[in-house]
This record gives sequence, structure tokens and C-alpha cells, in this order.
Amino acid sequence: MMIDHHYEKDVVITGIGQSEVGRPSNKSAMRLTLDACLEAINDAGLQRSDIDGVACWPGDNNNGNAFSPVGPSALKSTLGLNVNWFGGGYEGPGPLAGVINGAMAIAAGLCKHVLVFRTITEASARLVDKQAGALTNKTQGRDSSYAWQWFTPFNVLSGINLMAMYAQRHFHEYGTRPEQLAQIAMTCRQNAMRNPKALFRTPMTLDDYMESRMISTPLRMFDCDVHCDASTAIILSRRDIAQDQPNRPIRIEAMGAALNQPWSWDQISLTKMAAFDVGQMMWSRTDYTPQDVDSAQLYDGFSILTMIWLEALGLCPVGESGTFVEGGTRIALNGSLPINTNGGQLSGGRTHGLGYLHEACLQMWGRAEGRQTTNNRVTTVAAGGGPLGGSLLLVRE
Amino acid sequence: MPRKLPALNADNRAFWQGGELAELRIHRCTACSLFFHPPAPLCPHCASFKVLPTAVSGKGTVLSYTVNHQPWSPEIEVPYVVAIIELVEQQGLQFVSNVVGIPVTDVHIGLPVQVSFLNIEDVWLPLFEKAQ
Repeated sequence: MMIDHHYEKDVVITGIGQSEVGRPSNKSAMRLTLDACLEAINDAGLQRSDIDGVACWPGDNNNGNAFSPVGPSALKSTLGLNVNWFGGGYEGPGPLAGVINGAMAIAAGLCKHVLVFRTITEASARLVDKQAGALTNKTQGRDSSYAWQWFTPFNVLSGINLMAMYAQRHFHEYGTRPEQLAQIAMTCRQNAMRNPKALFRTPMTLDDYMESRMISTPLRMFDCDVHCDASTAIILSRRDIAQDQPNRPIRIEAMGAALNQPWSWDQISLTKMAAFDVGQMMWSRTDYTPQDVDSAQLYDGFSILTMIWLEALGLCPVGESGTFVEGGTRIALNGSLPINTNGGQLSGGRTHGLGYLHEACLQMWGRAEGRQTTNNRVTTVAAGGGPLGGSLLLVRE
Repeated sequence: MPRKLPALNADNRAFWQGGELAELRIHRCTACSLFFHPPAPLCPHCASFKVLPTAVSGKGTVLSYTVNHQPWSPEIEVPYVVAIIELVEQQGLQFVSNVVGIPVTDVHIGLPVQVSFLNIEDVWLPLFEKAQ
């Protein structure tokens, strides 16, 4: 039985920070991480000594991989933090898992201020090894992983093959068209042009999109996010002690983390992924409804995922994300539901998850400068694809 | 074309080696009679340990697919088709494979397919061809 009190409402965001977003950056992964974390601590009006928890997804998983080269253990030591709780790890509800874990640590009374961060150095890694991220490189020798052994023997070497099959099925069931998918990429590019930190800032037309290289049908190069070196940090604070901090607290009104299907990329619903379970859970924990959402930051590791998140969170009817985004009016900065206002990962850079939350906070605090939207009291952030999925409903107090 | 092979164990061996006898073997629960995949010691439907790898017809349809054009490494020949095949035995009984033997442009959702094994070392990969 679900209890009535939803404890995430006792948790607020009080500060944010982000390093440079490089392609590549000359700074070390730890330096990028420190730049982001110290900026966030300062932004929250706190000292290092106030931080008593550290959370990260996915952490360094004991392998220092460019996908996540810095984990909570290394950061805790480097920053000289004394903590009551820290944790990371890949297995969780996707790129927002660090936020969800951190919020739980506060709600459970373990911590007052949790530093959540996410560092990625995939741009540097690709300079050295083009296949750095290949699924076949996740295991040595024969594939012994629970998930990937079912895909690598069939030369599924990148997640794009799986996402492409979600897209193909979406096209088949709902009549979604390539030019509708293109709108996600074009909207992100338009927003990126107003964001000085975004990686790709030259205009993109529909022709540019259609002429971009086919990677895995129906997904083209411009349907894929762009690798970067960056770190993003968020400070979560206990609501009752955060009222005197400089930023107006942003409450975690509800979280979604459900997975009511197998943890698998091919056994889940191809057009719903984990996202629909996540959305259902999030809305079950609040009196707000999708109609209350002013803007949304929706994972665009691949463009099709943004479309599925729009449907999963009830921001448009199931199967109608194509017509919802067509023409781009609704999802533009001055539209009824601005999305991915910093350029998303498609044009802004694959900061991977926390970048969306950072941008949501900038918008809600009125600090988004050339891309500032007008309505931003209630926003939602969602990240992940396939069996990975998590979401947050945020309300500015 | 090079392929990374799976590490065999007591749970997955029947699936990856059934092709030696030209059989596609899928785990089935003898308690509730439902098939499931990936193979495991326990039935996810009724939690019975009475599970057995069971030969199926090898017939299915393409639930979704993609034509991969990206040359991920110099040894890999493109384009090739990655597909999710749903077996005729049970709705939702599905897994990733390749559709081979026909032009990539002839593959579509709903295409009836039939298993065809590719033997590499001690593994028989269940690939799929257009059904006759």
C-alpha cells in the first residue's frame, strides 16, 4: 500500500552548478566535477561543511569509464567532505537516479544537504577511441552481462539500434513521420542558438536534417545527441531548513521511478518503454496534473525518446507526439510547452540527465538570459530510454 | 562478419546451442505452460522452478526492425538488419536477432520469418530469414 505522505515534497533544490561544456575540454574529469560542485555549493549559499550527503548516477562503477569517470567516493575524498550517506551505481531509474536517491536520503533523515553530480568525458574518449562506447566493450571476452549478451551477438553495437526499433514501431503504430521527428532536433537547435554554452549553434533546416547521414533507420545523425566533456551539480536541501538560502526553493513535488516491466531493452513495450510507468507513478503522487506544466526538459539522447516522454507524462495524447510537435509552435520557447530550452543534448551537449535539471532551475529562477521563458512555476524533467527512466515534477515555492 | 559471442552458462546454453540440432529452444514453465525469455531458472509468471528449454517452431514475425548503416568497425559490413522477432507460439515472446537472406529494403514490420542458425565456435545464433 502506498502511504499518503509523499516525502519528496520535503526536499527542495537550492543551488546548481555546471562546468564548461567542452568538445573536448582540456580540464581533467575531476577538475570539471569540482568546478560544477563548488559553483553549486556557493549558489546554494552553503559551505563545504554543510554538505552531508553525495549522490551520483551512475558513479564510476569501479572502472573510470568516460561515461562516468568520477563517482561519489572520489569526489567525497577530493572535496574533503564529511558525509552521513553517499552512493552511486548504474542500476537505477536512469540519469535522474542520483537526484531520486539524494531526495530519499534527505526524506529518510540521513542528510540535510545532498550534493548530486554527474560528470561525463565522452568527447575526450572519442578522440582516442572511436569505439569507446561500443556495447561490445562493456565486457571482456565473451559477453557475460545479463542485458547485453542478447544483443551484441547480433551486432547491436550501439543503443541507437534499439532506439531505432522503438522509433520504427512508433511510426508503424501511430503514423509518426520523419519530419515530425526532425522537429525535435530543429527546436533543440533553435534553443541552442540562444545558449552560449551549447555545442552546436548554427541554424538547422529540415533539409539539413533530411540530408544528415542515416545511422540506423529511421534515425539519422541529427537524431543523436552530441558527446561532450562536462559536469553538472545540484544541491538538494531539507525543505524546512532551506528557507533562508539565497535561491527561492524549488520543491520536488513528485518523483517517478517505476518499472512495471522487465529490465530489458527488448522485452518492454517498444512504444512506451519504462517512461509510461514512470509518468503514471509521478502523477499518482501529486494533485497537480499535466495541464499545470509550464515547460518540460525531456531526455533527447535520441529524438524519439523526447516524443515518447511527451506521451508518457501526459503532455500530449498517447501516439500523438508527432502531430503535437509538428511545425514546432507548441514546443518553441514562446509556445504553450517549451521543451529542452538549452538545446537539449541534441545540440547543447550530452551532459546526460542532470543538464536538464540544471536548465529547469535556471528557467525557474529567471536566470536563463537569452532563452528565458515567461511561465515557469511548474516544470517537469524526465530522463532515460528503454528500461531506464525517471522523472521529477518541480514547483517553485 | 565478426560477432561477439555470448558466455554460456546453465541457464542460456539451450538457447545458444539448440541450433546444433536445428532446434530453437525457449524456456517454458511446465507449471503454467507459458514461455518466457530470456531463459532463467524461475518462471517470471508463476515463480515455479519447473522450467524446461522447449523446442518451438522457429516461426515468427518482425515486430520492429532497423537497417543499420553505420560502420561501427572496419570489419563490419553494412547495411544489415537488426530486428525484434515475435514468435508465433505466444504474444510478447520476442527477442532481438538479424533478418538475413533478403535485401534490407524488403524487411518490414509484420514480415513472416523463419529461424536459420549461424554456427560460430560452440554457439548457434538464431537468425531469421523470410518465411517460405
